[in-house]
Amino acid sequence: MSLLEEELQAEADESQGAAATSPAALTAFRRGASGVIVPIITAVIAFIAGGLIVLATGHNPLTTYQSIFNGTGLNWLFPWVTGSERATAATNLQQTLLNATPLILVGLAVAFAFRAGMFNIGGQGQYTVGGIVAVWVGSSFNGMPSVLHILFAIVAAAAAGGAWAGIAGVLKATTGANEVISTIMLNWIAIWVGVYCFQLGGPLHNPHMASTPVSNSVVGGAKLPVFWGSAQLQGLDVGIFISLALAVVFGLLIKRTRLGYEARTVGFNPDAASYAGVNVGRTWIRVMLICGAFAGVAASLDILGWKFDLFTNDIQVSQIGFYGIAVALLGRNTASGTVAAAVLFGALLTGTSNRNINLSIDPTLVQYLTFMIEGMIILLVSTDVITLRLLKGGRQLRIALKRKPAEKAPASQDGAS
Amino acid sequence: MSVGTIAVTPSRSVSPKHVGIAGIVFAAIAWVITIPPIEARSMVPTIVLAVFAVAAGAWSIAGGERKIGSEAIVVALFAVAGAAASVNSATATLESVFTWSALVAATLRYATPLVFAALGGVISESSGVINIGLEGMMLMGCFWGIYGADLLGSWVWGLVVAMLAGGLLALVHAFFSINLRANQIVSGTGINFLALGITGYFLEYHYGPNGTPLNISQVPNVKIPGIQHVGFFGAAFGSANLMTWIGIALVPALTFYLFRTRAGLRLRAVGEKPRAADTVGLSVVRIRYWAVIASGAFAALGGAYLSVGFVGSFSNNMTNGRGFIALAAMIFGKWRPWGALWACLLFGFGNAMSDRVSSVNPTLGTLFEALPYVLTLVAVAGLVGRSRPPAADGIPYVRE
Repeated sequence: MSLLEEELQAEADESQGAAATSPAALTAFRRGASGVIVPIITAVIAFIAGGLIVLATGHNPLTTYQSIFNGTGLNWLFPWVTGSERATAATNLQQTLLNATPLILVGLAVAFAFRAGMFNIGGQGQYTVGGIVAVWVGSSFNGMPSVLHILFAIVAAAAAGGAWAGIAGVLKATTGANEVISTIMLNWIAIWVGVYCFQLGGPLHNPHMASTPVSNSVVGGAKLPVFWGSAQLQGLDVGIFISLALAVVFGLLIKRTRLGYEARTVGFNPDAASYAGVNVGRTWIRVMLICGAFAGVAASLDILGWKFDLFTNDIQVSQIGFYGIAVALLGRNTASGTVAAAVLFGALLTGTSNRNINLSIDPTLVQYLTFMIEGMIILLVSTDVITLRLLKGGRQLRIALKRKPAEKAPASQDGAS
Repeated sequence: MSVGTIAVTPSRSVSPKHVGIAGIVFAAIAWVITIPPIEARSMVPTIVLAVFAVAAGAWSIAGGERKIGSEAIVVALFAVAGAAASVNSATATLESVFTWSALVAATLRYATPLVFAALGGVISESSGVINIGLEGMMLMGCFWGIYGADLLGSWVWGLVVAMLAGGLLALVHAFFSINLRANQIVSGTGINFLALGITGYFLEYHYGPNGTPLNISQVPNVKIPGIQHVGFFGAAFGSANLMTWIGIALVPALTFYLFRTRAGLRLRAVGEKPRAADTVGLSVVRIRYWAVIASGAFAALGGAYLSVGFVGSFSNNMTNGRGFIALAAMIFGKWRPWGALWACLLFGFGNAMSDRVSSVNPTLGTLFEALPYVLTLVAVAGLVGRSRPPAADGIPYVRE
């Protein structure tokens, strides 16, 4: 972050003489650069690099990307898409938003920790325990009033996820255990606990499925209502609104509350925060509790919204915690950025799923291309330098172009400042 | 410490530290007597020993050795639980789980890929670059090892290609962490995704839906002539894979390199005090580059063991988190080669145990899978001793 500031400062110094940049314009540019432009450039570079690999292996990147785009359902937004094509697009868009729903929350779980200077790799484990609890609550207590049952399941999943992340927070605060390692370990423990619960003969295994390791199914009353598309065909449920509402809560929490302020202070410099009277350990624990709660809710929305039961295989192959890291990083750990990045990743997941790719390219290739693009995005957001260089290059070019007509004027003064 | 204290210490016959260690040993024996070959069928001796261990731990804590004392108590509690489990299961069950020769052989098999990757981690982090991308570098070795062995017809070439691929991916990590001063954990996470994508893409591109061919040249097992048919030793060590022995041999070699050679000392200097190292004329950038690349090559060998060494084929995401376990082993082993080896063997033993427990009781076996991770969690929480990473680990070096 300081590097970013440095670069921007240098850039501001350079451009001072050239164009009369007002402080307000400069601030606006900084916001823009760190908030919107850099992530967009990052994503574009990653897509171009991915396209080059497609090209190098003898396929057409343009048709590949076009087919991915049409698979995401985002073409539903175009008014000229009509008829059966529009119906397909609607189904796809519902899937994209269904994918984005938990990604927003898992992204927030990573982002909040980042704000407090911690790296929460444990989104996966927190999501897993949240899912275990949600499916247990959702499949038990049959006959409970529907709204109450749904709320109960979501809150219980949030508590479970929070407690799981809280372990890492408490260990960090009391013994100094590095949260990267402890959350990775908690991920694996959560996975094996989940497999233990639902395997054949496990304590929460569905007794009616003699040969399938799966949980009991969520009862009708605990299912989230579908408001777009058919409930039978995985239409879009109201979970997306819960996700978006929690993104707003996240924004307020960070900007408007004491905890958010303390978290940002600790993230900026724990020693200084401690000196200023912030209880650093307590802040770490609270932040982790909230992170885990976000991830737990994410799992409950998946379970109550469209999964309805949990297979041990789902638990073992899920990668959502790692997608959450990519979402948070690309979204620059802000609420709106995380939502936008979650929609992008949700769209990529839908657009590259088997049923959506036309046969111009092998769908498996496209799926792994997505991983490569994600990897490149994460690599690029790990450093601001590359995109800023490009940004700076572009800006200098623009300034140079603007100046061309008035070349004779006070050009010589520029170097002095 | 005052002069008086120093004068007093030697005159005491037993120190709290030694009592604490004795407590841990008693606690361990309390469990060991209930499993083969001794197989005590009563809890009485275990409980007596465990009470001794707890008392020793308490005494040790009272004497100021809080860490060792509490360790003794924790081990005693685990021992009683473990002993209760063995006393309550049938003798036949116990003997099928604790077939020591098979357990040792399986432990070595599970530990081998971890050893390579963990040693890679030790190299990179000693030079001051966090390498969370070990998983991805292993995965690269895993696939490109098979590709090389298939294309060039020999496992030797497979390993060479694997090392090149792992080193190449590590080069990307090095460029981002060293030149671009990236957040190294984030960059490593990106590396892992990238490797998952690259290996999956090229598996499909080169081999299609049928997967890798069947007749890949594999790393041979070493048949030791003397002991191959000698009971326990024959079964445990008689036909381990060549790479297992290479991995174990690398541990003293790397220890010697890091702590006894000029180049190794320089590498550690760069990881501890880069500014000082720079001042005396060492190139921090170059040393870190080589360390990261070497770590990628090591990790790739670990991955290649899985594919070229053991299974003879490659499947998507074959490493399945082993890189992260190696990372944990490295930290558990306090960033030292020997420590990393013991930690890898512990993890390998956990896997081997859960395999054997699964064959008797599948439900319980699953929980055993989680045991190594619980142990690591306990270890990083500082019960086994606060481990200290190299001072400049993860901090990009900026020349003034």
